[in-house]
Amino acid sequence: MRKAAVLIISCWSGFMVMSLELLSGRILAPTFGNSIYVWGAIITIFMLALSLGYLIGGRLSLRTPTISGLCALHFAAGIFLLPIYLFEIPVLDAIFSYTQDPRLGSLLASIALFFIPAVFSGMVTPYSVKLLVSDASAAGFYAGLQYFFSTFFSAAGTLLTSFYFVLIFEVDQILLLFMGMTLLVATGVFLVARKAP
Amino acid sequence: MRFLAALALIALLIPPANAAQIHAERSLYRNMIVTEEDGLRCLTFRRLGTGDRQTCYRLSNPKELVFPYTKMMLGALYLNPNPARVLVIGLGGGTLPMTLRALLPDVHIDTVEIDPAVVKVAREYFNFRTDAKMEVFREDGRVFVKKQMKTDIKYDIIMLDAFEDEYIPEHMLTKEFLAEAKSLLKPRGILAANTFSSSRLYPFESVTYTSVFGPFYNLKLSNRVIWAQNGALMSLDEIRANAKMLEPQFAAFGVKSDFLLTTISTKPDWDTKTRVLTDQFSPSNLLNAR
Repeated sequence: MRKAAVLIISCWSGFMVMSLELLSGRILAPTFGNSIYVWGAIITIFMLALSLGYLIGGRLSLRTPTISGLCALHFAAGIFLLPIYLFEIPVLDAIFSYTQDPRLGSLLASIALFFIPAVFSGMVTPYSVKLLVSDASAAGFYAGLQYFFSTFFSAAGTLLTSFYFVLIFEVDQILLLFMGMTLLVATGVFLVARKAP
Repeated sequence: MRFLAALALIALLIPPANAAQIHAERSLYRNMIVTEEDGLRCLTFRRLGTGDRQTCYRLSNPKELVFPYTKMMLGALYLNPNPARVLVIGLGGGTLPMTLRALLPDVHIDTVEIDPAVVKVAREYFNFRTDAKMEVFREDGRVFVKKQMKTDIKYDIIMLDAFEDEYIPEHMLTKEFLAEAKSLLKPRGILAANTFSSSRLYPFESVTYTSVFGPFYNLKLSNRVIWAQNGALMSLDEIRANAKMLEPQFAAFGVKSDFLLTTISTKPDWDTKTRVLTDQFSPSNLLNAR
C-alpha cells in the first residue's frame, strides 16, 4: 500500500518533469528562438535543478521520511508550475531587454521559470527510495524500481506531450493540466495514505 | 569467414561513390550535400536521393533561377519594384539575396541564417557574396526580428524562406511571429513567404496569414508562395503593369510574368474556420507530416 503510494508519485513526477522540459522549448522559442543553444540551455538547467534536487531530497530523507512529506514535495513541484503560467511573458520580455543573446537569455529564462519546480521533482527521487527501502540488502532493487517507474513515465510524458497534447491543447492549457494533476496526485495520495494503516 | 563479414560490413558503412557529390558536411542542424549533375550544382539537405534540393544553379548560367519557388519569391518585386531595404530570412544557397543584388545594385539587404555552415557552403559553392549593403546575420530568424523591432529599421520587403519539407521552425509560423514581422514593414511593405501547398497544414497557415494581413495573393505552382501586404493589397492591374515593366530585367533570370501570374488569386480555397496557429498552438510539423 505504502509502496504503491510512493510509486504512483514517482510515476507522475517523472511524467510531469519531462513534459515540462519539452514544453519549455515552446515557451522560450518565441523570444529566444529554436536554435541548438536554446535546447542546450534548457537541458543544462533541468539537469542542474534535478541534481540539486537529488542532493536536497537525499538529505531530507535522513530524517524520518513520511508519505506526507513526499506528498508535500510533490505538491510543491506542482504549485511552482503556476508562476510559469502567470509570469512567462513579462519574465521573458524582461530578460530579452536585458540580453538578446539566445545563450545567456535562455539560460536565465530557464532558471527563472523552470528551476524551482524541477528541483522539487528531483527531491522526490531519493526521498521515495528511502520510503521504499526497508532492508539495506534490497536497496538497489528498490532504487531500480523507483528509477524504472519515474523514467518510464518520463518517456511516456515526452511522447504524449510532443505527439498528441500539442496537437489538441495550447501550451498554457497543458501546463495548467499538469499542475492540476500534480496537486491532485499529491493530495489524493496524502488522503489515502493517511486513512490506511 | 569472419574477415569477409567484416569487409561486407565496412562496404555497407561506406556510402557508394557518387560522381555527383562534390561536398558533404554535417552541421549542427543538418546534413548538407553539394552535388553536380547535368550542369546543375545543387545544395541538398539530407542524403542523396532522399532530400529535396534546396538550391540549384546552372554552371553555364548562374543567374538562371532553376526552381519555380525562387521566381515566385522574386515576383514580390511586382508589388514594389524599387525597394530600399529588404530582409531575407533563410539563406539556402544565397540565390534570393544574390538575385536581388544583381537586379537592384543599391538595395540594402539583410539576410538571416541560423546555421553558420549554410553560410559557408553558400560562399564556397554558390558564389554568395556579401558587400557594404548586404550583411548576413547568423541567428534565429525570430530573434532577429525581435531585435530589429527595438530599432527604427523598417523594410520594404521581407522574404521568408525558412521552411523545408522535412522541418518547419514552428515559432516562425504563428500569428504572433507574423505580427512581429508585419511591424517591421513600412506602410504597404510586402511579406513574401515560401510555404506549403499540400498537407494538412495548408488551411492552418492560410487562416494564420489572414488573421494578421487580411486577404493576400496566393501563388500555387509546385510550391506555394504568399504575397501579403501591410495595408491595402495592390490591385492585380497594378501588379500586371509592374510585371510588364520588369519583364526585360527579369528575363535574364528566367522569370516570366505570364508564368507567375497564371495561378495568382486572393480567393480562399481553404476552410476559413480552421484554427489559427499561435505561439500557444503551433503543431506545424505534426500537421505537415503526411
